[in-house]
Amino acid sequence: MTATSETVERTSESPHFRARERFRDLYAHREILSNLIRKELKVKYAASVLGAVWSILNPLVYLAVFTFVAKVLGAGIPDYPVYLLSGLLAWNLFSASLTGGASSVLDNANLVKKVAFPREILPLSTVGVALVDFVLQSVVLFTFIVVSGYGFHWPELALWPLAFVTLVVLSVALALWFAAVNVRYRDVGHLLNIGLVVWFWATPIVYAGYQVEALTRPREILGIPAFFLYLLNPMATIVGSFHRALYGVVRPNLPAEPVLFDVTLGWLVGVLALTLVASLVALRFTWAYFFVRSGDFAEEL
Amino acid sequence: MTGPAPAIEVHDLSKRFRVFREKPTSVKQRVLTAHARADDFWALRDITLDVGEGSTFGLIGHNGSGKTTLLKCIAGILRPTSGTIRQRGRLAALLELGAGFHPELTGRENVYLNASFLGLSRRQTDAAYDDIVAFAEIEEFMDNQVKFYSSGMLVRLGFAVAVHVDPDVLLVDEVLAVGDEAFQAKCIERVREFQREGRTIVLVTHALDTVREICDRAAMLHHGDLHALGHPDDVVREMRYVLLGVTDPGFVPEQGTREAEIAEVQIVRANGKGEGPVLLGDPVTIVIDVRMNEPVDDLDVDVAVLDGATNHPVLDARTSGAGIELGRFDKKRVRFKIPAFPYNPGKYWVTIGLSNRASGHLYHVQTQRYLFEAVDAPKVQERVAVPVAVEVEDL
Repeated sequence: MTATSETVERTSESPHFRARERFRDLYAHREILSNLIRKELKVKYAASVLGAVWSILNPLVYLAVFTFVAKVLGAGIPDYPVYLLSGLLAWNLFSASLTGGASSVLDNANLVKKVAFPREILPLSTVGVALVDFVLQSVVLFTFIVVSGYGFHWPELALWPLAFVTLVVLSVALALWFAAVNVRYRDVGHLLNIGLVVWFWATPIVYAGYQVEALTRPREILGIPAFFLYLLNPMATIVGSFHRALYGVVRPNLPAEPVLFDVTLGWLVGVLALTLVASLVALRFTWAYFFVRSGDFAEEL
Repeated sequence: MTGPAPAIEVHDLSKRFRVFREKPTSVKQRVLTAHARADDFWALRDITLDVGEGSTFGLIGHNGSGKTTLLKCIAGILRPTSGTIRQRGRLAALLELGAGFHPELTGRENVYLNASFLGLSRRQTDAAYDDIVAFAEIEEFMDNQVKFYSSGMLVRLGFAVAVHVDPDVLLVDEVLAVGDEAFQAKCIERVREFQREGRTIVLVTHALDTVREICDRAAMLHHGDLHALGHPDDVVREMRYVLLGVTDPGFVPEQGTREAEIAEVQIVRANGKGEGPVLLGDPVTIVIDVRMNEPVDDLDVDVAVLDGATNHPVLDARTSGAGIELGRFDKKRVRFKIPAFPYNPGKYWVTIGLSNRASGHLYHVQTQRYLFEAVDAPKVQERVAVPVAVEVEDL
């Protein structure tokens, strides 16, 4: 028992946030994370006959419905089911991470008060659960793209991994922040639910991305093209990238207006990369904020 | 520094809680007085103690004395308000049985979940799984959801996981007090096994006898202050004083240079026994065995009886007062005989001292170490012939 005789010192000062150290600590406790995710999934589908099939059923119903009613709803967007779902699944991961993350520490108050473990695991586990749903639903979407004959577009598909990583980093960053803030100010959880509705409609998910671009392109605010400002909404860039990766074609029915952002693939990669960098920076700060605040969670719950 | 460094060093630790007094008031009032309703509550004040590696440390005190807060600070669940805690080695804290148990999961799934919170890896849990199930004695229910378990089964399962933890330092909060007697005996046995394996244990408990039985050292907290620290016997005794409502801040339980020593003391009741209540008016004999470690002259043996309610001495007697010269010896028995206990019913302390009659030097003093209770003799009303005057009057 001498191998791990590390000395821990606890004082009134909250320990300094060192990302590498936190990573090591989280990695050492990875089994709690995986067990919590497994628990959430099991509890979610406990006493249900179909179990995880319910998770897949949701996008299946979307696909079925929009295949038939696309002509009414998805006006002007051909292959509307593919367009809708490629963005919607990303949004679902994002919003489930945020709402779940915001309540994650509160919901596990008893654990936080009685057990010492890295608190980050709580919001991370809700992101993990959302990720499992996202992967299952993506399998459905990918299968649909192949089976329906829509097919993948190359090299656009290569954008998917980058878009995915950016989405996860942003989701984790915000989930950590909301989890920490919600402990002290419970209003934040309610505010988030309203905010997400606004955010959803501010992001091109059900409507064509080009519609926003067409509106904002000619305008400038303080000398900056309004479209660039619009892309400060990271979800617009991320969802736009998922569209580009899976829907693939910017201008599906020539000579009509484009559906996706009318930008080159390289340009989109650039903006997405910037979004990823910004998300990583955000993660660095929200994580540090969460870590510093987490020392008082047991007291404030 | 000599010897191994302590596993836990607590230095000047204080912990303040802000207690918000929330009353159901109007929204307007609440807005106006939003942050004015906080009181400070010091759960711990300037606690300094250390726990040696491989030792078992008992933490006692009545409810709300800060025991659990101290444990939570050591475990890193709560952050100190001031002071430091230094802790070496892997730590596991058992503050609650079955932390993370979820009713919808099966016994097996909950074992793995709970074990990971206590720091066991999946592989360690695999290895310990059969032992855990056997310890909990619920083999046939492991694949049932725990929502169908009885509370006793849940507690046993939680405990079974808990005792299979593998830390260097183990913090245990009051969880030994679960289950029936046979199960408790098993738990104590398990703690002894931890001791043999050289692990450091900090035990919070109300079972004072357990502390005396298994702890090497003990501390008593009282309203957030460290009230006593030392040998479990002394700390438990101090705890008993406090439970009786008698406190003396300048209290030193035992002192002296020990050239002569109090080897044994018995307070013999009228029935010849060393325990039980003393009946008022009955004889009481205080028997003191004195051992001389180094030859000393002029030894004086002194006994004082104090009223437990007021701490005032009611009786004082010494060998020199009776004109007895003890001389030099190896071991002697001294009896102080009170022919009939004359005082009120209540609790009484006995203080015993060995000193030098000439110089007043103290060899060995045990202050308020012994306790007995005096009670009124139970009486059954008997039929006694009393002349009764009978008067009749016309109205």
